[in-house]
Amino acid sequence: MMAEKQYLLVCGGEGCQSWKAEELFLALHHEAEAQGAKNDVQIIRTGCFGFCEKGPIVKALPSETFYAGAKTEDAKEIISEQVVARREVKRLLYKKETRLAETVRLPEGGAYNKQFRIVLRNCGVIDPENIDEYIAREGYAALEKVLFDMKPEEVVAELKASGLRGRGGAGFPTGMKWDFTRVAPGDVKYVICNADEGDPGAYMDRATIEGDPHSVVEAMAICGYTVGAKKGYVYIRAEYPLAIERLKIAIRQAEERGLLGKDILGSGVDFDLEIRLGAGAFVCGEETALMRSLEGNRGMPVPKPPFPATSGLWKKPTVINNVETFANVPMVILRGGKWFASIGTEKSTGTKVFALTGKINNSGLVEVPMGTTLREIIFDIGGGIRGGRKFKGVQTGGPSGGIITAKDLDSPISYESLTALGSMMGSGGMIVMDEDDCVVDVSKFYMEFCVDESCGKCAPCRIGTNQMHSILERITKGNGEMGDLAKLEKIGQAMTKASLCMLGGSAANPTLSTIRHFREEYEEHIQGHKCRSGSCTALVTYTILADKCIGCGLCARRCPVQCIAGEKKAPHVIDAAKCIKCGECYKCCKFGAVAKA
Amino acid sequence: MAKLDRAALRRYRDEMEKKYGAGSGSRVRIVVGMGTCGIAAGAREAWEEIKRSVEEFGIQSEVDLTKTGCMGLCQVEPTVEIAVPGMPTVIYSKVTAEVAKRLVRKHIIEKTMVDGHILDRPAIDIVAAGKSARGA
Repeated sequence: MMAEKQYLLVCGGEGCQSWKAEELFLALHHEAEAQGAKNDVQIIRTGCFGFCEKGPIVKALPSETFYAGAKTEDAKEIISEQVVARREVKRLLYKKETRLAETVRLPEGGAYNKQFRIVLRNCGVIDPENIDEYIAREGYAALEKVLFDMKPEEVVAELKASGLRGRGGAGFPTGMKWDFTRVAPGDVKYVICNADEGDPGAYMDRATIEGDPHSVVEAMAICGYTVGAKKGYVYIRAEYPLAIERLKIAIRQAEERGLLGKDILGSGVDFDLEIRLGAGAFVCGEETALMRSLEGNRGMPVPKPPFPATSGLWKKPTVINNVETFANVPMVILRGGKWFASIGTEKSTGTKVFALTGKINNSGLVEVPMGTTLREIIFDIGGGIRGGRKFKGVQTGGPSGGIITAKDLDSPISYESLTALGSMMGSGGMIVMDEDDCVVDVSKFYMEFCVDESCGKCAPCRIGTNQMHSILERITKGNGEMGDLAKLEKIGQAMTKASLCMLGGSAANPTLSTIRHFREEYEEHIQGHKCRSGSCTALVTYTILADKCIGCGLCARRCPVQCIAGEKKAPHVIDAAKCIKCGECYKCCKFGAVAKA
Repeated sequence: MAKLDRAALRRYRDEMEKKYGAGSGSRVRIVVGMGTCGIAAGAREAWEEIKRSVEEFGIQSEVDLTKTGCMGLCQVEPTVEIAVPGMPTVIYSKVTAEVAKRLVRKHIIEKTMVDGHILDRPAIDIVAAGKSARGA
């Protein structure tokens, strides 16, 4: 019988190329030929594996053996052992770093992957429009277990044991939330799923619903049984048409099979689910505003208490959880609270999904155990900064969060640690910035977002966001005054203390945290009228260096407003009065003759 | 379809596990990542091309073509997972229509992997791992 064919995958990512992956690739080919194993193995290049600092990476299939840091001279042994003798080359195996092991506890089988997927367990695996594939992967097994084998208080106890906390960002313990609603008096109760994902750059919930809608449907039914609610709503923004479509299909399929509706699985328990579309107002992600919107009113927050657990939708006891929180629940029920609590850190258990975007090589969705460091997410999984630029900071928590700088890259991620760093967990947006990003400009962007999205009900948020925005605007225009930073801080603190909801309460965070970490850049804008990254166009001037310009005329052809002139083969000149500072000339010059200042 | 009770759900799950579980059957399975990110990057074009090529080779009866949500590898969408019996299951990235065509010809017909597009699965499958841990 012919032996099973082997495959060697050699990383062809940019990072590994600098580790001479191509030489290794060729050497492996050469050795396979020399050792007569050419037909037993196929050697191919792949995309980036992550782990770029351990390159080059070689993975052997079907054994899933993972090698790191192999040199060209190791090719001989890899072929003779892995391919011919079918034995691991022990000394080249990737070793899990102790740094990870210290902060993150992982259950057995964590392997080399830095990601660990509970929420996204089915995303990219099953067909989201086919309930059968979900059922084939333990789908609705948790609902079945809960309905027939567990009392509501046992479900709550399991959740409490798991340590699961709200993934919308605030981090309230889910077990407690459900328990408050469970014991609240009243025969009509509701379950709401908050799918009003609004942070710029965040799309974890969209991907979860698009990829695995049944996990949310199942969890909401579990919640309904636990708290005694017969009705649930998914509040989702109309901008997510694909997610809505797949959720509709999921609900219909679950109803057809008796997994939603009357007398679920013959247990006597009823639970119905409806979708309600939001118009995309950021403030409707705030739970009290969301419920007002769901009732048909204008989406504006109301003061708490009373909390939704006792007086929520239509003043009835209500559980309101985020998509990601719900998606964890079936696994907590099936694997047990103890299992879930064994992942992550002591106070922040389980995993967190992040949408990794910005100046990063491998942007995408990542799910990592709590306690993973930012460095691991950005450099190991994310593959580092695009174009080999220098890391400047990472914005977590969107317009409510703050910036975290290079010195804190090794902090393990948890609700507490991010708050201590002046940012917050938030829903999971993670925007990476490099040295070309201007922190003042970024703060202005977030503040503009908050001005647009403030509902206007309370004065601190309505007026404060506007005031802060106009100050930031004038700093980026070069009209800032020295007292501006103190003013920003004062207004920001007032908003934080006095706003009605967290939109205003956290709107100042990006500005305050950038002032804290990058005060000198603000001062450069104000005093020196300079923006070092060149993002604040009003503060940038482009000039052509006569000694370097050879007069090729490329910049003049590229200039969209024709403000560059000059004779052929003679230095050109930019007409500063006409220049719109688009930077095209700077980007296209092959001789470094355009200076930006 | 009839509403299930507890026992019927259990029987149904066993059936579906056999139908969709790992190493199930002798059919080729092609799964195209069709979350918003995949579609935006051209997953529909890849899908159409795969469908066309499969028909061209006349192997429709041996191939299941399905879709899935976002795998998280948004940078390198569209992604396509291919499971051919007797070969390790792999994920291909940046599958343009041209690459899609090549995948069908090389990977499925000729049974050789296509250079330069394979990606590693980002995490272990806790559902499958859980099953094997319980000895199922």
